[in-house]
Amino acid sequence: MDRRKSIQTIIMGAGASALMFHGCKTDTDMDVPVASDNNAYFGRTPEELERIEKLKAIQLFNEHEMETITLLSTIILPPKEPHGGPIEAEVPEFIEFIAKDIPELELTLKGGLMWLDHQCNVLFDQEFKTASVDQQKQILDTIAFQDVEIPLDEQPLEIQFFALMRNLTVTGYYTSKVGIADLGYKGNQPNIWDGVPQDVLDQHGVAYDPEWIAKCVDQSKRNEIAEWDENGNLLT
Amino acid sequence: MQIKEAPELYDVIIVGSGAGGGMATKQLADAGLNVAVVEAGPFFDPADPKTMTQLKWPYESPNRGAGTTRAFGGWDMAYGGWEIEGEPYTHEPGTKFDWFRSHMLGGRTNHWGRISLRFGPKDFKGKTRDGHGDDWPIGYEDVKPYYDKVDKLIGVYGTNEGLENDPDGFFLPPPKPRLHELFYINGAQKSGVPVIPGRLSMLTKRINKDRGVCFYCGQCSRSCSVYADFSSGSCLIFPAQKSGGKVKIYVNSVVREVTTNAEGKATGVSYVSKDDLKEYKLKGRVVILAASACSSARILLNSKSKQHPNGLGNSSDHVGRYLHDSTGASRAAFVPALMNRKVSYNEDGTGGMHVYSPWWGDNSKLDFPRGYHIEVGGGMRQPNYGFGFNANEFNKFFGLNVGGYGDVLRDDVKKYYGSVVHMAGRGESIARKENYCEIDPTTVDKFGIPVLKFNYRWSDLEVKQAKHMQDTFEEIIHNMGGEPLGDKPSADIDYGLLAPGRIIHEVGTTRMGDDPKTSVTNKFNQLHDVDNVFIVDAGPFTSQADKNCTWTILALSWRASDYIIEQLKQQNL
Repeated sequence: MDRRKSIQTIIMGAGASALMFHGCKTDTDMDVPVASDNNAYFGRTPEELERIEKLKAIQLFNEHEMETITLLSTIILPPKEPHGGPIEAEVPEFIEFIAKDIPELELTLKGGLMWLDHQCNVLFDQEFKTASVDQQKQILDTIAFQDVEIPLDEQPLEIQFFALMRNLTVTGYYTSKVGIADLGYKGNQPNIWDGVPQDVLDQHGVAYDPEWIAKCVDQSKRNEIAEWDENGNLLT
Repeated sequence: MQIKEAPELYDVIIVGSGAGGGMATKQLADAGLNVAVVEAGPFFDPADPKTMTQLKWPYESPNRGAGTTRAFGGWDMAYGGWEIEGEPYTHEPGTKFDWFRSHMLGGRTNHWGRISLRFGPKDFKGKTRDGHGDDWPIGYEDVKPYYDKVDKLIGVYGTNEGLENDPDGFFLPPPKPRLHELFYINGAQKSGVPVIPGRLSMLTKRINKDRGVCFYCGQCSRSCSVYADFSSGSCLIFPAQKSGGKVKIYVNSVVREVTTNAEGKATGVSYVSKDDLKEYKLKGRVVILAASACSSARILLNSKSKQHPNGLGNSSDHVGRYLHDSTGASRAAFVPALMNRKVSYNEDGTGGMHVYSPWWGDNSKLDFPRGYHIEVGGGMRQPNYGFGFNANEFNKFFGLNVGGYGDVLRDDVKKYYGSVVHMAGRGESIARKENYCEIDPTTVDKFGIPVLKFNYRWSDLEVKQAKHMQDTFEEIIHNMGGEPLGDKPSADIDYGLLAPGRIIHEVGTTRMGDDPKTSVTNKFNQLHDVDNVFIVDAGPFTSQADKNCTWTILALSWRASDYIIEQLKQQNL
């Protein structure tokens, strides 16, 4: 395979470090993909790329709406060191895009933003974004806690709106570089799975069955070509 | 408009490049035959950085991996889906069938779950077993040598357990269970549900010098760029080309029909090129359809001629009939013992389950025939669009407020990360003559080709199976100390039994049998009516088992290919 490259050192998870302790050096020979030199593709088909460009050319939320979305996202998930918040995670840009990508979201978002300003005008004679933090929270507290016994789509629009904004903010943050760092997710990189670390097994009160584990892959032999006897017993 | 005919006479024309077409390509090209592969979609190589989605991060896409253009999420490697623009299908009112198509080199093998289960001895003899459906004209002993060869050629992890109807094979060693899988093992075993290591076609160990070894990113659905999972292009078609085989691939070519001569024998295929929307013809001595069970049936039904007025191979009027999919129902649970997890390690593992439950039931004590296996999912997965939705919904199990805003949401996300376990049952439905697809003469696709109309209803037997699944899931959830999510699917929604087609194991449309009056193909996947036409997708399945169909497609395609080579040698075709 031309596109394959072998690397000697990789960042390994805790499960694999135990292996390195027991194993030999060649265990770390791995076939890993070569990154694209043009990240603009991110694996899209030409039709998908065209669609994305079309959506990007449309401006769905006006400046005022974007300011309100930005403000609201940072109230929902306030920035926190060292991994920032919705702005560093480009949550407002993501919300602008996703509401075009999934058009069913648009009305709930636009209608909800209008409701926020209307409610704020009625109560405090000003737009939501210019109200004081206390005033903003006073309004949000009326819509931020949904009744779990009633399906969301049967609850008032403003409650649906807030639930949607919260979902989009949280998902937008935790799918960003800073959010994934905040979560601590260790995957999406080449590694060698060799089971759950002992301290994690202990924490959750479970253990591996030795008989089961005896059947599992011996990662120190992963690069030896498989051979079997005529009964299907692995020899290598 | 004049139809353009290529001058070359191929030994074999293969329509479709998924599991069945890929295997036929490999075997026939290796045997020195001159092969044309006709694929409706574009060229695709999992190793091409331009199309690759493996190891992408959600933030590389503006929609963070949402499944807007790909049904199983933005990174999934199936071009197509349940609905394809300009390529409709219709239904008999009151019936359901959802049809998943993927048009690209390698077809649906680029994204499939890689669950690779052999059918067992009982699975080939359904009628003998319980009176339902029909027996296959072949038995496990006929297919076993080919399963063995497929195991060794393609690679599948698993273990020899000596189970009667889940046969042993030539397995690569399985990966160790993940944390939630240990909970599942304990929960299932408490209820007497057996759990064994999963059987999936991913290389936990090297099988040859051309393919890489799994590096555990958990993303087989994105198609592996180092060829460590089974995809038809990377494991069958490219190797066939590399070893010097004569394989000409026609991409973006939608086959309209199989052409025939005055004697009624096949002479080749006609196709519409997506590039210029013109019609072309290819000539071949043998035509092999591997376009997927329903697409191949459609091609046959659209191949009407003076000699075959009812469509090719359809003198029995059985083409399209006995369409059946696996049953499927699922349930998810929140498991409090899986809260507050350490994120100190990478839990991606292989792109699928490390453990599963083969069918264990005794049908003499049950109100439905056949069975199902249980697939299990969960773990600390890569966040993508939808991650963190209803971040603290599980607060309700502790009497705490749901919703809110502020720093607490960060804690909630982490507290519940990886605490959900999913179970999915995949079972055997009974093949029925009344469930079928046919041509809808009122509708054509954008290439002017008449489309399929589906007529499919589940029976009580499948519904009862789904009920049993739900009861089992609830018991296992209880054993895990978990809280089932959502209401238990009730009778009015068939206990959560998904619409036919949803499991994407559709088979049976050109079923094999010894009697040409009640079957379309013989036991070598050859049309009864026309000896130089073969079907090597899941169409010839007399019955589906409670197993996924791919490993059997591969084995039968290899077996049919051997037969074709032999027949050509004897100049019988």
